[in-house]
Amino acid sequence: MSSPNHRLRRFSERVLPPLLFAVLVVTLWELYVELGNVKESTLPPPTAVAQAIWDDRQLLIENAWVTIKEILLGFALAIFVGVGIASIIRASRRIERAVYPWLVVSQMVPIPAIAPILVIWFGFDLRPKVLVIALVSFFPIAVNTIDGLRAAEPELLNLLRTLKANAWQRFRKAQLPAALPFLFSGLKVAAAFSVIGAVFAEWVGASEGLGYLILVLNNQTATTEMFAVIVVLASIGITLFLIVSLIERLLLPWYYESRETEVEGLELEPEEIR
Amino acid sequence: MQATATKLTVEEVSKTYRGAGGGENVAALREVGIEIAGGEFVSIVGPSGCGKSTLFNIIAGLVKPSSGRVLLDGEQPDDLLGKVGYMPQRDMLMPWRTVLDNTTLGLELNGMRKREAHKVALGEFERFGLAGFEKQWPAKLSGGMKQRAALLRTFLAGRELMLLDEPFGALDALTRAQMQEWLLDVWQEDRKTILFVTHDVEEAVYLSDRVYVMSGRPGRVSLSVDVNLPRPRHAEVTMTPEFLELKQKLLKPLEEAVHA
Repeated sequence: MSSPNHRLRRFSERVLPPLLFAVLVVTLWELYVELGNVKESTLPPPTAVAQAIWDDRQLLIENAWVTIKEILLGFALAIFVGVGIASIIRASRRIERAVYPWLVVSQMVPIPAIAPILVIWFGFDLRPKVLVIALVSFFPIAVNTIDGLRAAEPELLNLLRTLKANAWQRFRKAQLPAALPFLFSGLKVAAAFSVIGAVFAEWVGASEGLGYLILVLNNQTATTEMFAVIVVLASIGITLFLIVSLIERLLLPWYYESRETEVEGLELEPEEIR
Repeated sequence: MQATATKLTVEEVSKTYRGAGGGENVAALREVGIEIAGGEFVSIVGPSGCGKSTLFNIIAGLVKPSSGRVLLDGEQPDDLLGKVGYMPQRDMLMPWRTVLDNTTLGLELNGMRKREAHKVALGEFERFGLAGFEKQWPAKLSGGMKQRAALLRTFLAGRELMLLDEPFGALDALTRAQMQEWLLDVWQEDRKTILFVTHDVEEAVYLSDRVYVMSGRPGRVSLSVDVNLPRPRHAEVTMTPEFLELKQKLLKPLEEAVHA
């Protein structure tokens, strides 16, 4: 499975193409700015952005830490609320009928519009940020977990009943493991949303953090530095996503490996036809 | 065949499902009677929709009959759940468990320690043609192997009576023939009582001591035929005149049931 040959192929097929593509885009961007005499305040070249990240590293690290803290707390709260709501909804048909439509409606409310109200209620401290992040990211977690808790096959649950499994054992041995891949899909979407939520929350009322930094730099038309902040923000989102994926792989090796067979099978075919 | 006590008695079992939303009631089974002695291999054949699955669910304890009784060893238990081994049509292996951990499910629910359950299961892997696949995920197995793993799970649950619902229905003809021969070998060794559902008459005759024909609807037993072909049987038996005669005998009421 993980022979050096296999790894090399994996690297050349999955990792190399996106890397090469990124290098291409960055190079074209650099050339466009250099050769087209584009003003740095309009579009800074990648090299200048990299330089800015290095020069302002102290400022970026300090503010990134603030934002990361908000994101982690908000994300944790979103998991708690999302899984909680899903469990309550799945516990009873009646509750599901009463609550589910409102859960969907809640997503029609533009969260950024609520953010100022949260600032009025809670002030400028950590709380409104954590709440906004949780509000924008709990929904994918809740919806996916609800679907996941439905995913166990009725036939499997019947089989467990004939083996004298009680309700808790059926949950523990079938419904929970069947739900986990769904939960992780929700977590990955939520990871991306949480960064967006953090920036919004800081725009509304903050005195530190990367979102706040963007506002300040915008007032100074410090475009290069703004790009530097954006790069750091994106890195935070990507890292969070990768951490969730890593935990998924460690926790659900079966899901990852069973799927891999299928995908590789599909990839093999066209080559063999040729 | 040695004379053994009756293992399972299905007495005048009827099942009517109440129609949804005030619709008409649906009679799924009407006064079905079946008897199986300990160590017998008995099959039920019937067209789809003849109530085979309902009957299985009743014997497994998943569904309560509207009337009639199901006796195990001559007694009517309060709850049949947990007393009868049950293998549903699809393998129902858990993708998040290795093949080995799938097969020990029943032992685990009986309260056996994991290490010991593994030891018991591993002792059977060779016989079930699963050796070398202990640590694999079920997704990596072929269709035939999945069914054998599901069968091993049912065997290991340790019930004396096992219900097998079209276990080979989804397999290709060649694999199917191999699996039938293999199942006979395994059964021959420890003679558990098996009730087998299939829509394949040839399969039923080849495997069984007795075959019940069910016709729908409502499902009822329209014929019962004893198969007195000598055991152990091998594939060649399907070419003998006796075999063909039995097949003929069973096909006729089945065709009538389908056209009715």
